[in-house]
Amino acid sequence: MAIWLTENSTIIVQGITGSEGTKHTRRMVASGTQVVGGVNPRKAGTTVDVDGTSVPVFATVSEAMKETDANVSVAFVPPAFAKDAVLEAVDAAIPLCVVITEGIPVHDSAAFYQRAVNAGTTRIIGPNCPGLISPGRSNAGIIPADITKAGRIGLVSKSGTLTYQMMYELRDIGFSTAVGIGGDPVIGTTHIDCLEAFEADPETDAIVMIGEIGGDAEERAAAYIKDHVTKPVVGYVAGFTAPEGKTMGHAGAIVSGSSGTAQAKQDALEAVGVKVGRTPSETARLMREIMTSR
Amino acid sequence: MDLFEYQARDLFEKHGVPVLGGAVAETPEEARAAAERLLPEGGGKVVVKAQVKVGGRGKAGGVKLASSVEEAEQVASQILGMDIKGHTVHRVMIAPAAAIAEEYYFSVLLDRANRTYLAMASREGGVEIEQLAVEKPEALARIAVDALEGIDDAKAREIAEQGGFPEDVRDQVAAAIVKLWDVFVAEDATLVEVNPLVKTADGRVVALDGKVTLDGNADFRQAEHPGLEDEFSADPLEAKAKAKDLNYVKLDGAVGIIGNGAGLVMSTLDVVAYAGEAHGGVKPANFLDIGGGASAEVMANGLEIILGDPDVKSVFVNVFGGITACDAVANGIVQAFGLLQERGDEITHPLVVRLDGNNADEGRRILTEAALPLLEQVDTMDGAAARAAELAAK
Repeated sequence: MAIWLTENSTIIVQGITGSEGTKHTRRMVASGTQVVGGVNPRKAGTTVDVDGTSVPVFATVSEAMKETDANVSVAFVPPAFAKDAVLEAVDAAIPLCVVITEGIPVHDSAAFYQRAVNAGTTRIIGPNCPGLISPGRSNAGIIPADITKAGRIGLVSKSGTLTYQMMYELRDIGFSTAVGIGGDPVIGTTHIDCLEAFEADPETDAIVMIGEIGGDAEERAAAYIKDHVTKPVVGYVAGFTAPEGKTMGHAGAIVSGSSGTAQAKQDALEAVGVKVGRTPSETARLMREIMTSR
Repeated sequence: MDLFEYQARDLFEKHGVPVLGGAVAETPEEARAAAERLLPEGGGKVVVKAQVKVGGRGKAGGVKLASSVEEAEQVASQILGMDIKGHTVHRVMIAPAAAIAEEYYFSVLLDRANRTYLAMASREGGVEIEQLAVEKPEALARIAVDALEGIDDAKAREIAEQGGFPEDVRDQVAAAIVKLWDVFVAEDATLVEVNPLVKTADGRVVALDGKVTLDGNADFRQAEHPGLEDEFSADPLEAKAKAKDLNYVKLDGAVGIIGNGAGLVMSTLDVVAYAGEAHGGVKPANFLDIGGGASAEVMANGLEIILGDPDVKSVFVNVFGGITACDAVANGIVQAFGLLQERGDEITHPLVVRLDGNNADEGRRILTEAALPLLEQVDTMDGAAARAAELAAK
């Protein structure tokens, strides 16, 4: 099963002809992902050669969905055009739209998120995220597919490289699905959405949740875990040493006054019984103990 | 980016929000000239206000009344250069004095938790809003704003009613709210706050003090925004890093940090501070994310910035090799040393490198064979952090 992404997922790439789009389409295909098409209005009717496989380019998401059986879109569209690209995907009612693009104005993200909520037919993951991977089955985004293997841990994280670090440290145990939800202030899929999906997934036994400073998503996730999650959860929070009022790389990673601190997030998670590691490696060890004692 | 009051006032004026006159001055002479223009509007009085991005300037003596151009000049010379909670005053705003009848509050901001916008309004303005929210929460109305529908006349009216604004000013307040929404949208703001929004003695509604936060991601369509950056407050190393397109934040410790990915770098700072507890409280000197590619040039630029920080005593390069595997990263580091040599920069402090991920063995072998001066490798993040902290404590 895994969550949201399986071997049956059929993917189109918005912005397939750009340098990032081309590079990562190649990597997705190389890891066994079914990429069935691309979208670029100016290059519709052409094809992109991906290591010997010819991928058709369509003018719009809805045309691509009509001509193929695509059910996932991955967007590598530059920030200035990302809003229109995601609105197009939402209006075409594609079930899953993964927005990799970094640097989208938050007004644009708020607009496409609201449109997706109103339509009720598209889950957005991101923006400013590495995407998601169900190892050995499908890879939608830029997560390196070769650092881990399939297994029964679920992972949700605001950070790309911390996701990779965790996947690598636990590569001998493996993951059902790893989801990078992104570090922007407004994101389509939250920790809570992932916790809910992992809890319901019979192929996931335990969950690693990685958070960072800014906002209160981790605190709300802790409250959700208390009431709804029965599977073991191990947590990690980055940004204890971040100064107040400074954005740390991710647009959403900022401590404002006393809100959004790493300490508050760790406290909230520990208060509901989540073990929180002090370093990524310690977090991986905590998860290893859980998986090897089963 | 948070704006100064005078910048917020200018944006308000640009979008038709009712404001008083105002001018910014960096010298007492400029303050005098501004006062000359603004004294008539203020009925013979002006206010000289310190421009700092921190609350409580009034109590600190950063806001003063003046009744003549001479007095404005003299008051400005007192305020300029003042230190208010660690912020040096480089500018004052001169504004006409206003006869205030009532003080209100209005703001609209990004509501991260609900992934939409939130308007807040109260007829009890002029006080710290965090204080009002705690002491009299019933006096502060919170109204969700749909990201697609925004604030039209009817919504503005609803906000004015829920905020409990007196009947006689409601129309004016609602009109001002619509204009403030224009500021919020047109300027890609994440916060527009007016505190106080006042009714003057002659019955006009005016935004007397404003706070605006802009979204840096929108700079590509907001050509004027980069010019609003405060050239005085930027740390010289941060400014230099920005010019080289590096994501760098100066901190106050002794271990220089370079890593790839915002989350991993944040985590690296924490792990170094954690390890530093055993070495007399050694702390990280900076945040620097060089991104996924870790090319030789970016690595060299990063090292140059970090080695230019006089507080740095050791450097921790923490890279996870994913798509750019560790062998490529290692070659990047070797080439970066070459580039630095060409530029005449010397490696003056010990470097601890942790490479992990794809092709880690090959990457480590490349670094070992290169035998770069002052560089040592530790294979785990926790171990490397401990070694970097130890070296910084020496």
